[in-house]
Amino acid sequence: MRHVSRRAMLAGAALTAGLGRPAIAQAAPLKVGMMLPFSGTYAALGENIAAGFELLIAENGGKLGGRTVTLIRLDDESDPSKAPANVNRLTERDSVDVLLGTVHSGVVMALVQAAREKEIPLFIPNAGNVAATRDLCSPHVFRSSFSNWQPAYGMGRALAARGVKKAAWVTWDYAAGKESGEGFRDGLRDGGAEMTHLLTVPFPETNFQPVLAQIGGLGVEAVGSFFAGGGAIQFVKDYAASGLRDKIPLCGSGFLTEGVLKPQGAAAEGIQTALHYGDGLDNPKNTGFRMAFKAKTSRDADVYAVQGYDAGQMLAAGLTATKGDAAAAKALAQAIRAARIDSPRGAFTLSASHNPIQTIWLREAREGQNKVIGIAAKDLADPGTGCKMAGA
Amino acid sequence: MIVASRPGQFMLGGAGLAIASMPLWASAWHMQLASTAMVAALFALSLQVLVGATGLVSLAQAGFFGLGAYTVHLLGSPPVWITLPAAVLAAGVGALLIGPLALRTKGFFFLMTTLAFGQMLFFAFHDTPLGGGTDGLFIVRPPLGFPVPRAARPAVFLLVNLGVLAIVYTGLCWLMGTMLGHALQGIRSNENRMAALGHNVQRLKLIAFVLAGALAGLAGHMSALTDAFVSPELLGWHRSAEALLMILLGGIGALHGPILGAFALTAVQEGGTLLTGRPRLVEGVVFLAAVLFLRQGLAGWRLRARKGVPTSIGDRR
Amino acid sequence: MLRLGIRTLLASFIAQLLNGVQYGLLLFLISSGLTLIFGVMGVINLAHGSLFMIGAYLAFAVASMTGSFWLALPAALLGGALFGAVLERVLFRRFRTRAHLDQVLLTFALILLFEEARSALVGNQFHSVPIPAVLDFSVPVVGDFGYSAYRLAVLGICLLVAAGMVWLIERTRIGSAIRAAAENTEMLDLLGFDAGRVHTLVFAGGTALAMLAGALAAPLQSVYPGMGDGFLILSFIVVVIGGLGSVAGAFWAALLVGLIDTLGKAYLPQAAGIAVCGLMAAVLLWRPTGLFGRP
Repeated sequence: MRHVSRRAMLAGAALTAGLGRPAIAQAAPLKVGMMLPFSGTYAALGENIAAGFELLIAENGGKLGGRTVTLIRLDDESDPSKAPANVNRLTERDSVDVLLGTVHSGVVMALVQAAREKEIPLFIPNAGNVAATRDLCSPHVFRSSFSNWQPAYGMGRALAARGVKKAAWVTWDYAAGKESGEGFRDGLRDGGAEMTHLLTVPFPETNFQPVLAQIGGLGVEAVGSFFAGGGAIQFVKDYAASGLRDKIPLCGSGFLTEGVLKPQGAAAEGIQTALHYGDGLDNPKNTGFRMAFKAKTSRDADVYAVQGYDAGQMLAAGLTATKGDAAAAKALAQAIRAARIDSPRGAFTLSASHNPIQTIWLREAREGQNKVIGIAAKDLADPGTGCKMAGA
Repeated sequence: MIVASRPGQFMLGGAGLAIASMPLWASAWHMQLASTAMVAALFALSLQVLVGATGLVSLAQAGFFGLGAYTVHLLGSPPVWITLPAAVLAAGVGALLIGPLALRTKGFFFLMTTLAFGQMLFFAFHDTPLGGGTDGLFIVRPPLGFPVPRAARPAVFLLVNLGVLAIVYTGLCWLMGTMLGHALQGIRSNENRMAALGHNVQRLKLIAFVLAGALAGLAGHMSALTDAFVSPELLGWHRSAEALLMILLGGIGALHGPILGAFALTAVQEGGTLLTGRPRLVEGVVFLAAVLFLRQGLAGWRLRARKGVPTSIGDRR
Repeated sequence: MLRLGIRTLLASFIAQLLNGVQYGLLLFLISSGLTLIFGVMGVINLAHGSLFMIGAYLAFAVASMTGSFWLALPAALLGGALFGAVLERVLFRRFRTRAHLDQVLLTFALILLFEEARSALVGNQFHSVPIPAVLDFSVPVVGDFGYSAYRLAVLGICLLVAAGMVWLIERTRIGSAIRAAAENTEMLDLLGFDAGRVHTLVFAGGTALAMLAGALAAPLQSVYPGMGDGFLILSFIVVVIGGLGSVAGAFWAALLVGLIDTLGKAYLPQAAGIAVCGLMAAVLLWRPTGLFGRP
């Protein structure tokens, strides 16, 4: 594995300008463009995804399918308005063979667009917009993480199984919030319960007082929510401070308490969430992965590191089958779909629309950890509605 | 407002030819970069109609840019001969509605009123279903009337953007020489005198505001066509401030200033990403340096000795 | 059942009102400095929102190092005054007589530089500042419905600051200088004041207030990059509605904007952003110099 600085790449790009993509140059290094947030709110997520991916490459001796891997990092700043230009940087200037990215669900659409148009394989290590594996699905797009629908569906099922009949969903008024709300609704419905209210706050507002003041009067038995980062910290703290916590339990999609338990402090204690990963998952793969990740980065692994690592595993499975040819789209997709990914979260396979069919764990926040306490939904697949895989 | 001298026009023409020949020698990436710079130039040029020519500093310009861009999406991408006039019309009508209200104020209050109206447009696309979400969305490019293979796309859009920029610049050069152009510049130098001379200052300002808005809509349309992507960020006031910087960087006193400024800023941003990984830091330093030291902009290097070139505008309280 | 419904609705509405007032008073702290800086010096400071953010980060740093949030408040005030004085002496002084466009660009550059400095110094993580333990309880408002004691304390502190400002501006010698300067800069010389010193004082005071607001808001909304952005636009709207240079105007306008923004978000979330901007447009059309501005 080699890291290439932007300056060196510039020189390289100038030399190869106009030559186009070389035919099949197995000997040449495989260029992977990592478009992730390395600055701004999601920087920590981007770093862990990159570290997880790099760990997998390093475990394979720096090679995938026989080709040396060259990683090109590009900070997408989680800014959708810069996304088209940033994707072009990787595809046109750096002529990458494979795309990896990203966290922000608006930015990822630019990557999906490029993957579809330019037929470059894309691995999505986080962003959960359902469209990427539903109506915009593509033989070139693979997701190693989740669809927004999945964790919330699990949470809805778990609540219904516990006997809750009516619940509300609180979230930001943006795509990820609404899609997770649909998952929650479907999960409750399939368990015989009902989502009676959907409350939204303008994105990325963190003044939650207006919406909190309404919750007491809704007549629901539980409140589910999807927030991430600073919004999640603030919402959980405000929810506890408003005195609602003892009357109407708060739960949510796993991101509500993911990576933010420390600042949330006592306010998060006991909150149940659903996600495809959690603390205390007892399988040998997970134990080994966590140790290796800690040794490499001296940080604790989290769900983002797992998603980066598994994106690497998926790419490895594909490239092994095509002997390092990333442009052999059909063979690559077939191999990845056939592969059983031995993930730290528990083994999974991809659905026909290239989203993981995975177990959603039920977790509870205890003493700064999201402890797995059971299964919310076993081997759950996103419905993949509207996916027409052309040419696969 | 200085319109470039004859040698200056030749140099601009030469630069245009150099860009037009890029498909022969440049990479797809560099052509896309040049396209981005030309869209930015078009946007800054639209604002120059207000700032440099008339002396009005507006922060609503990005709102009209976004109106133009979103028109393409809202119409569902019919052919370009429909989307282009529609985008210009939508932004022009927007400016016609906002202009009479905003122009009731002056100076600082005008700046703030345009900021508020610009943000209203931003929220209209950010918070309501009209804009299709805070993340923005990919749109189908309106057909150009002839098939464009994917590989030829950077070259085609480069030439289309260059053509539009050349037409708009030439048109504005002509406009500055007309009675209307002179009247607008008269307002910038001394509004009261123009009113005393019997000019309907309010109406002239409104004409400038609507023209600037319509041209910003055109720039927004070209951006949507080039990137096939629209997002509410296109309407944010940060974009308006960036256009102001392009004008300042290029030269307030010159009509071609914004074009120089747009290319300079694009180069600075690209260089910043390439070399330091902290583009915003580089941008901030350039902003600061420009406002502290580059009082007449890039276009002003050769103009310093001339008399009557304004170094700054905007009426003080 | 029905009575219970009405009571919860009423409790919720009272909570919204309190939230609106508390949000508005925080806005007042930010915009009073902004309006004075413009009124006295004629400088547009778009970086005022960044000062708010810096105040919040400072509060986080002080609170996590010393373990006491109460030390963070004087730290923000003093640090803000010092920082403001330096900014005025080094940069803003030169821009007093420059065009608005130059001021807009200078302060836009400062926004970018402050953000980058923050990112380099303390990183991009979200931080949480705990509510001080003595105030970490709920005050019953209607029936068993409670309201956070810390929020009430913020409300009280803001009101105290507002009263202090009125006293300072209306009753003291330096206040009369500030009023004179807002009227006409030459007046200062006639009254025997050093105009430069008054400017430094006003800028330092405005910065201190913005940073105090940031520190007060830190336990309420966490500390994160770009946290001042939303406040910046709103506080400019407050300044314009209230009238440039008018502290009383800023006070009433801040309450109005705080209430409309909060109630709007609660009952009509899609229109809240537009409503505040629309309010400002309406005020300007009715009174082009703001509610308390001199015509």
